[in-house]
Amino acid sequence: MFSFCTDPATLSDFAWMACYLTTGKHMSFYYAFGTVLVLLAITAPTALAFGFAGASAARSRFLPLSLFGKGYIAIVRGVPDIAFFLFFVIALDQGLEYLKHQWVCPDWDQPVRQGNDFIVCQAAKVPLGNSAQWVHKTYSFFVAVFTFAIVFGAFAANVLFGAMRAVPRAQLETAEAYGMTQRQTFWRIVVPQMWVYALPGLSNLWMVLIKSTPLLFLLGVEDIVYWARELGGSKTPRFTDYPHGDWRMWYFLVLLVFYLAFTRVSEVVLDRVMARLTLGQATTGGEAQRRAEA
Amino acid sequence: MKKMILTTTALALTAGMALAQSQTIRMGTEGAYPPYNFLNDKGEVDGFERELGDELCTRAELTCEWVTTDWDGIIPNLVSGNYDTIIAGMSITAERDEVIDFTQNYIPPAASAYVALSADVDVASGVISAQASTIQAGYVAESGATLLEFATPEETVASVRNGEADAVFADKDYLVPIVEESGGALTFVAEDVQLGGGVGMGLRESDTELRDKFDAAIQSMKDDGTLNTLIVKWFGEDVDTF
Amino acid sequence: MSCAQTIMDYGLRSIGIGERLLPRSDFTLCQQFTLIGSGLVWNIYFGVIALAAGFFLATALALGKGARSRWLRKPSEWFIFIFRGSPLFIQFFFAYFLFLSLKSVHPFFDPFSSAWAGALVVLFFNTAAYSAEIFYGALKSIPRGDVEAADAYGMSGWPRFRRVIWPTMLRLAWPGYTNEAIFLFHATTLVFFSGFPAQQQKGDALYYARYFADQTFNPFVPYPILAAYFILLTLVIIGLFGLVNRRLNRHLPAEQRRKIRLRPNLIR
Repeated sequence: MFSFCTDPATLSDFAWMACYLTTGKHMSFYYAFGTVLVLLAITAPTALAFGFAGASAARSRFLPLSLFGKGYIAIVRGVPDIAFFLFFVIALDQGLEYLKHQWVCPDWDQPVRQGNDFIVCQAAKVPLGNSAQWVHKTYSFFVAVFTFAIVFGAFAANVLFGAMRAVPRAQLETAEAYGMTQRQTFWRIVVPQMWVYALPGLSNLWMVLIKSTPLLFLLGVEDIVYWARELGGSKTPRFTDYPHGDWRMWYFLVLLVFYLAFTRVSEVVLDRVMARLTLGQATTGGEAQRRAEA
Repeated sequence: MKKMILTTTALALTAGMALAQSQTIRMGTEGAYPPYNFLNDKGEVDGFERELGDELCTRAELTCEWVTTDWDGIIPNLVSGNYDTIIAGMSITAERDEVIDFTQNYIPPAASAYVALSADVDVASGVISAQASTIQAGYVAESGATLLEFATPEETVASVRNGEADAVFADKDYLVPIVEESGGALTFVAEDVQLGGGVGMGLRESDTELRDKFDAAIQSMKDDGTLNTLIVKWFGEDVDTF
Repeated sequence: MSCAQTIMDYGLRSIGIGERLLPRSDFTLCQQFTLIGSGLVWNIYFGVIALAAGFFLATALALGKGARSRWLRKPSEWFIFIFRGSPLFIQFFFAYFLFLSLKSVHPFFDPFSSAWAGALVVLFFNTAAYSAEIFYGALKSIPRGDVEAADAYGMSGWPRFRRVIWPTMLRLAWPGYTNEAIFLFHATTLVFFSGFPAQQQKGDALYYARYFADQTFNPFVPYPILAAYFILLTLVIIGLFGLVNRRLNRHLPAEQRRKIRLRPNLIR
């Protein structure tokens, strides 16, 4: 990074630190913070969409669909996320490749499973074997997003399912009295009103989601905890220009501060959103706001 | 919409053809086991296996790319095709050989060793730390000592320093630099133990062609002595060579 | 070897009873089911004790957070914030470090560097913080009328708390608390995964699932078995907590009872 970094062993403490903290490895560490934030930013709406679909399915009058929705919620919620991550990603990857294999190599005559090996034709690899490294990284990033979304979608579905049923009965009856159809009632009355009931649950879910990012490494994404471990472990002078003892403590301290700050910011933002959502709702909170204004 | 799908297939097909000519071999490693493989200050894979792997790829006329992965999932990810080789200080054992194929070894059957704070530790009955799911952990479990398993090699050594374990049992090559740098605090204890059939490169059983290529490359490095030079460079003068 | 024999040998392996050596070759489904099930003992041990002890600390913390005195409020708020605001991974890491250094100070801390005590303490604090937040939310939404009625009966202090405030708080918090219990049991799988070393191959359900995944190189058998066990465990938790919920709500008219059950779930 800096020009004076060529021989770190001779540097003063301050300069040494400056060089140490700007090595390529540290850059990857800082970059990983960005990865985690982007992942959260994409996962949250995706999981919400999964949750919405799951809750709508569970509410459906069509029995198979409703069973599917309820089954999804019950099963995925019942499994610890680590256990799910440990086998689901490989299964998902093989599933994708198998489908693509059927599509691009219809005349492939060898079996896909040969003993322990899972073999599809070269063109069916996802991503292709000769793709650039960044394609592979992006792919595993999106696989991670998808896997997180499935797990947290199940929890979101559970919250939204409860929220949809918490919308006061009287509101629905009024809608019926106005002659609205089932579909209209759902989209114009239930959906706009359910958020205020869902928000406490959803914001808790967001907090849990933030804290499950250390599991990202299981999904093939190099996250901040991975780098903190890697950087903090003691280094002997033979393999690095910057030997040091066991510094994991300090790196984890940085992570601790990061997570606490992120939690705090989320709390403040979510409180504001809650105040905004409560506006004009038929709840005690909404009533209190009305009174305060009057 | 339909047209779009057609173009994508066409693209995929051309990509498939291009692939036949220049295939990229993805090399899977752990990146946390110096001197075999580790991440250097730039954050790139470095170490004995990096140099060896690059040389093998040149000799076999292959384009190679390095991938790091968790030790736990290193074999399932190989057989599922997420990379094409494992080159991660993996000892050749009968159990692993049933599931994947190995090239001939590129490091002779190496010793595993005990390291402790004092020389009078009884390794047969004491508390011995080892990295989980390694052949060393399996050996300690059978030896009758109390096995203490940690997720990373780093932690196994730390546990001896802080007194949680009486000794650590690991590849001697991994322990040698640590003992040298410890300034006399850590010492080797008891006899070395020979485990496994040396370190080799792991490949899918169905990938015989690729295995033959790497086998030939390793053989050529053994024949002209470059492999020995490389081993001495990374592991020091005292280790076994071919 | 018959399956019954396997269960005899490995049924309690996770707590050190039975065969000393784990199976090394010719793995059967029966072995996988038995050992992973045996590991579940640890998950239940951590979950039940942390939850039971955490319940009381959580009540105290919730009252502390709602207290008027700064000296009670601030510590409770910080405790809850730190344990809710950081990943369990990091909490385990720091706890392990801390317990190791405390060990040299006083032999009293010796057991805390092994999982059975050390991880339990972390899980206990963690669940106490999460539950306290749920209880605090419930405490704030106790209907005014209930408290006023208690005042009218001449209750105050301890009797008012024990007979009116506390039961109502529990009733309101129960759905959220059920979710917290589920999460806690899931979190117990992290103990040997990243936090504390496993001794003599005595580990929890995930530890044995990983052992088999590692020995057979096939993740598609042991992890689904683990998942199935946990789905069962989750169903049992939901069932037990449902019974308590029925009891907490037994005084309410049927229609209202349903409404309360369907309150939006305050999940962790």
